[in-house]
Amino acid sequence: MNSDEKAKRLRGLQEKVNLIFREIDCIELLERAIKEDPETIIQKIIDSGLRGRGGAGFPAGLKWKGAKEAAGGIKYVVCNADEGEPGTFKDRRILDEQTDKVITGMAICAHAVNATEGSIYLRGEYNFLLSKLSAKCNTWNTIFKDKGLVFKVGVKSGSGAYVCGEETALFESMEGKRGEPRNKPPFPVIAGYMDEPTVINNVETLAYAAMIIADGPESFKAIGTKDSMGGKVFSISGDASVKGIFELPLGMNLQEFVDLFGDDDTKAVQVGGSSGVCVPRKNFADTIIGFEGVPTGGSMMLFNSTRSMYHVLENYLEFFEEESCGQCTPCRAGCQQLLKGIEAVRSGEKPLSYIEKLRDLAQVMSVASKCGLGQSLVNPFNSITRYFREEICY
Amino acid sequence: MMLNEIVSTAVKKFGVGREQLLPVLQYVVSQEKWLSEDALLGVARAFDMSAAEVYGVASFYSFLDTKPRGDYVIRVCRTVSCDMAGKEAIMEALEKTLHISVGETTADRKFTLLETNCMGWCAEGPAMLVNDYVYTGLTPEKVVDILQGYMAGA
Amino acid sequence: METITLTINDIAVEIDKGATILDAAKKIGIRIPTLCHHDDLCAAGNCRVCVVEQKGARTLQASCVVPAAEGMQIYTNSRKVREARKTVIELLLSEHAGECTSCYKSGNCELQGLAQEYLACGDAFIDISDKSPIDISSPSIIKDDSKCIRCLRCVRTCAELQGVSALWSTHKGNKTKVETFLNKPMHYVVCTNCGQCVNRCPTGALTERNYIEEVWRAIDDPEKHVVVQTAPAVRVGLGEALGMGSGGVVTGKMVSALKRLGFDSVLDTDFTADLTIMEEGTELLARLKSALQGRKSATFPMMTSCSPGWIKFIEHEFPSLLDNLSTCKSPQQMFGALAKTYYAEKIGVDPAKMVSVSVMPCTAKKFEANRPEMYSSGFKDVDYVLTTRELAHMIRQAGLNFADLEDGKFDSIMGESTGAAVIFGATGGVMEAALRTAYEIVTGREVPFKNLNIEPVRGMEGVKAAGIKVENVKDEWKFLEGAELKVAVAHGLVNARKVMQEAEKGMSPYHFVEIMACPGGCIGGGGQPIPTSPAIRLKRAEAIYEADEALPLRKSHENPEIAAIYREFLGEPLGHKSHELLHTHYTPRNRT
Repeated sequence: MNSDEKAKRLRGLQEKVNLIFREIDCIELLERAIKEDPETIIQKIIDSGLRGRGGAGFPAGLKWKGAKEAAGGIKYVVCNADEGEPGTFKDRRILDEQTDKVITGMAICAHAVNATEGSIYLRGEYNFLLSKLSAKCNTWNTIFKDKGLVFKVGVKSGSGAYVCGEETALFESMEGKRGEPRNKPPFPVIAGYMDEPTVINNVETLAYAAMIIADGPESFKAIGTKDSMGGKVFSISGDASVKGIFELPLGMNLQEFVDLFGDDDTKAVQVGGSSGVCVPRKNFADTIIGFEGVPTGGSMMLFNSTRSMYHVLENYLEFFEEESCGQCTPCRAGCQQLLKGIEAVRSGEKPLSYIEKLRDLAQVMSVASKCGLGQSLVNPFNSITRYFREEICY
Repeated sequence: MMLNEIVSTAVKKFGVGREQLLPVLQYVVSQEKWLSEDALLGVARAFDMSAAEVYGVASFYSFLDTKPRGDYVIRVCRTVSCDMAGKEAIMEALEKTLHISVGETTADRKFTLLETNCMGWCAEGPAMLVNDYVYTGLTPEKVVDILQGYMAGA
Repeated sequence: METITLTINDIAVEIDKGATILDAAKKIGIRIPTLCHHDDLCAAGNCRVCVVEQKGARTLQASCVVPAAEGMQIYTNSRKVREARKTVIELLLSEHAGECTSCYKSGNCELQGLAQEYLACGDAFIDISDKSPIDISSPSIIKDDSKCIRCLRCVRTCAELQGVSALWSTHKGNKTKVETFLNKPMHYVVCTNCGQCVNRCPTGALTERNYIEEVWRAIDDPEKHVVVQTAPAVRVGLGEALGMGSGGVVTGKMVSALKRLGFDSVLDTDFTADLTIMEEGTELLARLKSALQGRKSATFPMMTSCSPGWIKFIEHEFPSLLDNLSTCKSPQQMFGALAKTYYAEKIGVDPAKMVSVSVMPCTAKKFEANRPEMYSSGFKDVDYVLTTRELAHMIRQAGLNFADLEDGKFDSIMGESTGAAVIFGATGGVMEAALRTAYEIVTGREVPFKNLNIEPVRGMEGVKAAGIKVENVKDEWKFLEGAELKVAVAHGLVNARKVMQEAEKGMSPYHFVEIMACPGGCIGGGGQPIPTSPAIRLKRAEAIYEADEALPLRKSHENPEIAAIYREFLGEPLGHKSHELLHTHYTPRNRT
């Protein structure tokens, strides 16, 4: 494909979805939504097949249903805008450009689950959005009042801690504590913020929820594949010919993707950020971007042949060794050992066979860590030491 | 503003419910750039919490510094894509211009130079924050210009 | 109660809803190893040593926090589980400076035990232990971060049981540590030196500062006359530390052991516990007199001052209420002041050549002995404080077979005591002892409780309250006729805080309050044998009350040596000499 063909093909794909950044009348949508039965709304979200867009992919409709059915004095809707996964930056733009849609998504959720308070937890790195979001919240709070929806939304700011993107760590942080993930169960829909039933969704998920109510579940379902319905906002970075934010259907094949975004020298794609999987060139054709293949919160980082995968892995592990919350042993000590281990193999202090020991450690971390961070951070370690062994030790 | 006024302003603004601890600490940092011993003690007293706990909470968060910081806290992203885009050269230019190493503060307490983890500008690296303000697509030349702006009192 | 049924290693078990997998396993006798779990503390689920496999689940479950659920199929000893546990233990060992041959906690270290059990390799991974210097600033507690495995039992202890939170988890990731405020030395923060963290630390990261060598040196010095006193709770704890199981009273063996170790005079803190009752009881009656006769103002409630952890707590947290404290020194310090005056004179020893040692269930006593106020004999009143654990250590060093020792008797002059003194060791004991004496002084009759056992102030409830109607009083106490003496007892500083907050608001209904820093009182002290648990403390308390009932004299004022010391030396309670030697003052401190 030449660049014109690429651009055309890309536009075609984007037009197939075009939900997140399409302008709609959010007030009109809200008016319409709050006239609907909460059950109907939840059913529509379930029918749409929408799964969480933060990375973990839990069915959004079931989450809402759980919160609706949970007993609680007060219920909350929390928008997870603690977008910290390296290589992910789509929520920043969605929040910046589609604030109304995100807040409307929250309000629809609140109506559906009978929540009365909402919070946007914004990562500290995005503080420049704070005043804009606060102003928007105020505006919408007035609208809610006018429309008779008992719901109030506000912004809470993080202060630089990746792990707060983990939903229960986020609640802890909102409650003024160290952002340490909680033991589960109970899950947030039963006991979330302030131990009350809470729906916590990613920015993008809430925006999609709004669009599903606007357009109906059928058109959303029509996009993507059976297991990965709908669109997805991708954050594309690294050695890419085109970088930035693109909304595309889920379920694409990684080869198609690399053909569109690569620089003709792509040797690997890190799918899903630093806790995602590193896919080598030989597997591009067999890899589906979606829940049936490699799931992603949207981060697609491309590496060409000039990059040392050792350095990439080292950088990821340096990130995790600092950003682990530090409370559970496998993650706290494991991250340090993985990093120190590859460095020691590299320098010759440890034999090549030590990599196998580290891979066993990674296996334990993935099953014994307390939260998703520790369980998933071994993904890049496993894939890079598997597919790029010769770049780790030579 | 004196430190105790800053703390009392924050407390007045947000209240002393436990869930307001981060907003209060964030406010103090926005004014002072860091949390001194007196600031932490003041907040602990206001919230009727142990000082160690307030310190434990603050030290969890990278942006709630408990070490002295300059007026302008520069945080250069060190994560993969910014690194690939030439973060090292940016760091060198900053260190050379400010005559400090990463982690240090200039003698006039104007600048502190830090590295930070991914700040969400991966397609536009290298990126850095100066307090809350983001700069992207940095080059060594651009960085020197930016610094000169701040040095001139921008 | 709703129950659920699950299987563990294919064995069906029925258990109350809400119980954890760990509880369920325990019920059928399956031991799952734990580290961050502790019976006294809320569950953390951090160490991941207790992971088990649940059929159908991708990840392993931390059995200490995951509730048992209907139909669950759990495996506690599968290959996956064993490998994960071993790896977790090896990771902890990589964070832990493994100096097992020279570590003070060796032999009583839970990590060491688990490493042995799982045949974990100490250098499986690269050493990442903390390299910061050991904090020896405190006379009571040593903090060695290189041995810390971040189980946070200490942090939870300090927060949940003591409400002090001198320690907290700080930073994150690879920098995660347990620190004081701004990582200041332990001596310069709100730490009360209670040592409850030491009791629960699974490794050697938090230990008492031991003075074993100093005491041996004093014993070995022929020039020195070494006097030792032993606190009430030691006699119901020491056996535990020497392999005798919990709950036994080993007073006689302890006395024999002390004599064999070479102490020159083996005396009893119980003697000064009786003396404390005389002084403190008199002080209470004096306060009541001024208040009820309206001549002078008096501060109520009066609060006990035996527990040095509690004293430091109130100095930090409620400095405005220091006047509420009884001015009585603790029995340890009364003893120290008398040892180098009254006792030295009696036995004809130059106090300058006397070394005064105490054996205490307590780490805060080490700090107390070093307070600048505690030199009223003209010398340091108590030179060295040993914990129950340190004494056990010395007994082992000396090669004594403790269980087989004959029962010895305390030396006389300051060795006689009553049951009232023994019960100082359990929460409520000081109150009970004081009431036994004060009531009798005022009415001429014994307290109106069966067998003198004042049950309402006994037991493990956090705050206990009681009232005693004072009727048919003697002539000189007319002003008390018909009054109801209201008392409260709190143990564990988190409970003390509740009582204090009431007092701070001026809402306290009590005349007299007993507060002990440690859960259960001194029997649960920070210097007592490790481990501790609610069940262990209950057994120790039972032993204390048994010891009380077994004694011929059970009221402090009946102790003949007490009568003698007032006659020969002190004059009268609250008299001039008492003020000089037996009473003290307190210092407001900040909340750093």
